[in-house]
Amino acid sequence: MINAVGLTKYYGQNCAVKNLTFNAKKGEILGFLGPNGAGKTTTMRILTGFMPPSSGTVTIGGFDVIDQSLEVRRMVGYLPESVPLYQDMRVYDYLKFMGQLRKLNDLDAHVEKVLEEVDMLERADSYISKLSKGMRQRVGLAQALIHEPEVLILDEPTIGLDPVQIIEVRKLIRQIGKEKTIMLSTHILSEAQQICDRVLIINRGELVAEDSPENLQQKVLGKRKVTVQLAGDPQTAIPLLQQIEGITSAVVNEKGMIVLESIGDVDIRPKVITTLANARQDILEIYSETLNLEDIFFELTKEENLPQSRDEAPTELAPAETDEKEGVENE
Amino acid sequence: MSNIWTIAIKEYKSFFHSAIAYVIGVVVFLSLGIYFWVLLSYSIQTQAYVPEMQVLLDWIIFPLFFISVPVLTMRTISDENRTGTLELILTAPVRDWELVVGKWLGTYMFFLSIIALTWIYPLMLNFIVDPGIDQSMLIALYTGISLLTAAITAVGVFVSSLFKNPVPAMLASLGMMILLWIIGAPGNYTSGFVSELFKYLSITGHYYGSFYNGVIDLKDVIYFISLTILALFLGSRVIEARRWK
Repeated sequence: MINAVGLTKYYGQNCAVKNLTFNAKKGEILGFLGPNGAGKTTTMRILTGFMPPSSGTVTIGGFDVIDQSLEVRRMVGYLPESVPLYQDMRVYDYLKFMGQLRKLNDLDAHVEKVLEEVDMLERADSYISKLSKGMRQRVGLAQALIHEPEVLILDEPTIGLDPVQIIEVRKLIRQIGKEKTIMLSTHILSEAQQICDRVLIINRGELVAEDSPENLQQKVLGKRKVTVQLAGDPQTAIPLLQQIEGITSAVVNEKGMIVLESIGDVDIRPKVITTLANARQDILEIYSETLNLEDIFFELTKEENLPQSRDEAPTELAPAETDEKEGVENE
Repeated sequence: MSNIWTIAIKEYKSFFHSAIAYVIGVVVFLSLGIYFWVLLSYSIQTQAYVPEMQVLLDWIIFPLFFISVPVLTMRTISDENRTGTLELILTAPVRDWELVVGKWLGTYMFFLSIIALTWIYPLMLNFIVDPGIDQSMLIALYTGISLLTAAITAVGVFVSSLFKNPVPAMLASLGMMILLWIIGAPGNYTSGFVSELFKYLSITGHYYGSFYNGVIDLKDVIYFISLTILALFLGSRVIEARRWK
């Protein structure tokens, strides 16, 4: 649905986005992760046709964002980070205005439907200036959704909201994401982990990683760690587990739990469970230990880990000590 | 065209939520009303002077030029820039020029509403003087004022597109209005082509040279329409250029 190739944007001498290539499939929630100033907003502005790239191409739904800008804009809903709204308008009138610009038929039905979706029907007659930050965010989302766009681009959609509002907005995004392609930027790492099917991590305008949150964790960790607690003696299960392909280490820790380590992308848990079940071992608990996306983010956006050229595989970066956590916010 | 109309209507309605727009309306009416009363009093006192429409209606032009247009056009695009709403409008299927023309049309419609309401004074004068006022003169004056307003409103919208804050936009717009008002003056002290050029550029010359005397001259109509189109074109280019920065 979204296909960006070699996207580069210069502001004067400053390169905000450098040779960015990515795509997003229909019905996918793509997270755009990066510290402040990484180039997320610039990329989103290019995708929405607000500004052209210095070089590179972007197509959305097969339409070029420069040459077929109006077609692209018809199929894209956009919520900028600052949620710019006309403060002197009532919610209903504002959405009607945005609907008119998108030439919607049966405008009132569209407005009512979208107000219901964002749970703002009761505040339809309120002036936007009188709304809370969370409600304004909902109105912003409503204007992005009013024309039922195939692609939704959301720039930091939960920034500035209180925890309850954040949960509500995320729930709404997940619900919408079942049918639409959503690209959302965030610097809140757990948000990307919770909402997104796939994550792009950019730093200083460059793509440093691209994968599902789970795979990113594995790739950076390099190995998967699975912990198993058995009802019986764990030592008796060790020889059996060591025979499973891919397991590099099987030990019992001080708590009496079996800690298994494996290499590669394959999840060993199904094999572990089957093996233990066949050996009539009762499993009390089994879980896979993964790196938090925040850890991965710091690893990948570390200065020394930035790829020197496009040929380098961005997700195969060696884990290293991080000392640049400052300036990157988390919830 | 529908986008222009949608934006224009939204812009027009927004003036009714703005205290400053009401202040401007009151200033125009008050200055016109006071001057109307002064002319009428003078006429009664002297018994020989009939209030002239063109003199009275100068009191629409002065506030328009030096207060109304700079103040009411300053926000049109600069405010969209400042608040970021420009980003939302221009990521909807709206062309840059549709936004500029819509903004101009909405503001112009508001000025036309104020101007239309000032008809009350000629109407009163028509009842007072015998055998009534010169209707053709009235039509020429209001045509001229409407065309002049269209042009200076477009200039104001263009200036607004250059700024991110309304206050510098207003000051620059005021500067432009003063320039447009006095640009014809050097024509009186020069000769030949230069003199003709200054006189042609003079916005007031195109009003006071014809409409003010009750004449609707096609040459002057074309001048005002051309200036309007030029200013709107430049405004659109400024918005387009902003994308490429």
